[in-house]
Amino acid sequence: MIKITYVEHNGREHVIDVPRGATVMEGARDNGIPGIEADCGGACSCATCHAYIDSNWVGKLPAKEAMEADMLDFAYEPDPSRSRLTCQIKVNEALEGLILHMPERQA
Amino acid sequence: MSGIVIVGAGQAGASLAAKARMLGYSSSITLIGEEAIPPYQRPPLSKGYLLRDMDLERLFLRAPSFWKQQDVDLKLGAPVTAIDRTGKSVRSDGISIPYDQLVLATGSCPRSLPKKIGGELKSVYTIRTVADVNAMAAEFHPGRKLLIVGGGYIGLEAAAVGAKLGLDVTLIEMSPRILQRVAAFETSNFFRRLHIQNGVRILENTGLDRLTGDGRVSGAVLSDGTELTVDFVIVGIGISPRTLLAEEAGLTVENGIMTDAHGRTSDPSIWSAGECASFPAGGGQIRLECVGHAIDHAELVACNILGASSRYEPKPWFWSDQYDVKLQIAGLNTGYDRVVERWGEDRSGSIWYYRQSRLLALDAVNDPRAYLIGKRIIEAGQTIAPQFVSDPSTDIKALLSAATSVEPSVT
Ligand SMILES: Cc1cc2nc3c(=O)[nH]c(=O)nc-3n(C[C@H](O)[C@H](O)[C@H](O)COP(=O)(O)OP(=O)(O)OC[C@H]3O[C@@H](n4cnc5c(N)ncnc54)[C@H](O)[C@@H]3O)c2cc1C
Ligand code: FES
Repeated sequence: MIKITYVEHNGREHVIDVPRGATVMEGARDNGIPGIEADCGGACSCATCHAYIDSNWVGKLPAKEAMEADMLDFAYEPDPSRSRLTCQIKVNEALEGLILHMPERQA
Repeated sequence: MSGIVIVGAGQAGASLAAKARMLGYSSSITLIGEEAIPPYQRPPLSKGYLLRDMDLERLFLRAPSFWKQQDVDLKLGAPVTAIDRTGKSVRSDGISIPYDQLVLATGSCPRSLPKKIGGELKSVYTIRTVADVNAMAAEFHPGRKLLIVGGGYIGLEAAAVGAKLGLDVTLIEMSPRILQRVAAFETSNFFRRLHIQNGVRILENTGLDRLTGDGRVSGAVLSDGTELTVDFVIVGIGISPRTLLAEEAGLTVENGIMTDAHGRTSDPSIWSAGECASFPAGGGQIRLECVGHAIDHAELVACNILGASSRYEPKPWFWSDQYDVKLQIAGLNTGYDRVVERWGEDRSGSIWYYRQSRLLALDAVNDPRAYLIGKRIIEAGQTIAPQFVSDPSTDIKALLSAATSVEPSVT
């Protein structure tokens, strides 16, 4: 299990144990954390799993693929340096302690 | 004790239960499903799950513990067999469950081939449930002959999975072209070419005369008389809304369980959401078959049960994954009279549907930016002049600022 901190837009923090191999989106969805909708279930098709990665973590994540980058361009208030689609980030040991912030809304 | 009872623990039923709790509903919620597993997503059934690229747990819409945490009484493997509208209860698993408000979210069932043309032979499958896919998993071995009947999205996705796994795949489509019912000529052409490049045999204008075999399917006779040897068959010829329960209870059924713009059926205590429900649009009752609709419609009904009186404004969107191609669709192209294309490099592009000057829908192929821009324009009730779209020198982002409101005469 990898510890990930999801911070709601209102500042409320949820520290969640997410199994290795799951995605950051699934960690939120499975635990009913508000703020990530994930309508397409992780197919990189909806852009409703957008979150801002804590600045200290940005460089430690695997790079975005073109599809994710393009979808993010049109998410709600994207931040080119910190925005990610959480369904595209697989959880492994290197992400222990990851912190991410939810946007005000998804679309 | 008799709060909200939801029949059908699929995409719509699950969304409705979760939304009602999120809105603070505190009486009981009972979510009753005929399938034995917790609510799950269907799209991977013809994609990653069929390819065995994805475990069952990943299909679940929520962790199984979520339902308990949310105090949703999830009854699985328990089909509802009757509704008693006078006594306000449903019958399931031999017991009677009272309701204050009832929701029918029973989804659809795939059309199957008639028995007299071999529809009941073994190794003839449809794809709707996890059980369906598990049942056919053992058939997917390299070199085996798979016949797919029907060139809609599910048939094409199954063909892509078959080809990827090294099967010998033939797909037949009765209409002059694959995707005829749902997409323009240009989109059909793109996907035909894609499948042919991947070794799938696509036969259009070709119906099925009958399947043959002794107990188990072993051959097919096509409408032009051609005989094929087959090892198994997947039938993807559309779905029908599951309305039987509603009909037997005397509710009005019109192209699905009839609901008003609020999601209410002809009985004020009974609501319906998702694929099984028809709702008013464009002067008739329409149904939609996509995840986005199931979620939005169900959430709207949750709000209305809790006292809002919002009208449903559908914002349909859909996607399909085939090989390395992602198709994304926004809007509804019904009634289009013109399409405009916009192609970039690397087989990425988009097909935009218009009725007069109004943008109705678009199909984007490996082009999420076009998809999201088109979706935004359509959902804002705007349009974009076709000449901007088709001109490849217009920057894609500039389309957003060039969008204009729709002239009243063409709405
Ligand atoms: C193979 C496949 C691929 C798809 N791909 C996509 C895609 O890529 N993108 C997209 O947007 N959409 C896709 N869809 C469509 C999408 O999955 C459906 O539109 C969505 O699931 C509809 O939700 P629903 O809740 O209305 O119905 P369902 O999800 O079907 O749920 C209805 C549930 O009700 C249960 N039920 C029925 N009658 C009873 C009863 N009497 N008692 C108890 N339970 C009952 C059923 O067993 C079922 O579990 C796909 C569908 C399939 C089958
Ligand atoms: S869940 Fe849809 S894009 Fe991530």
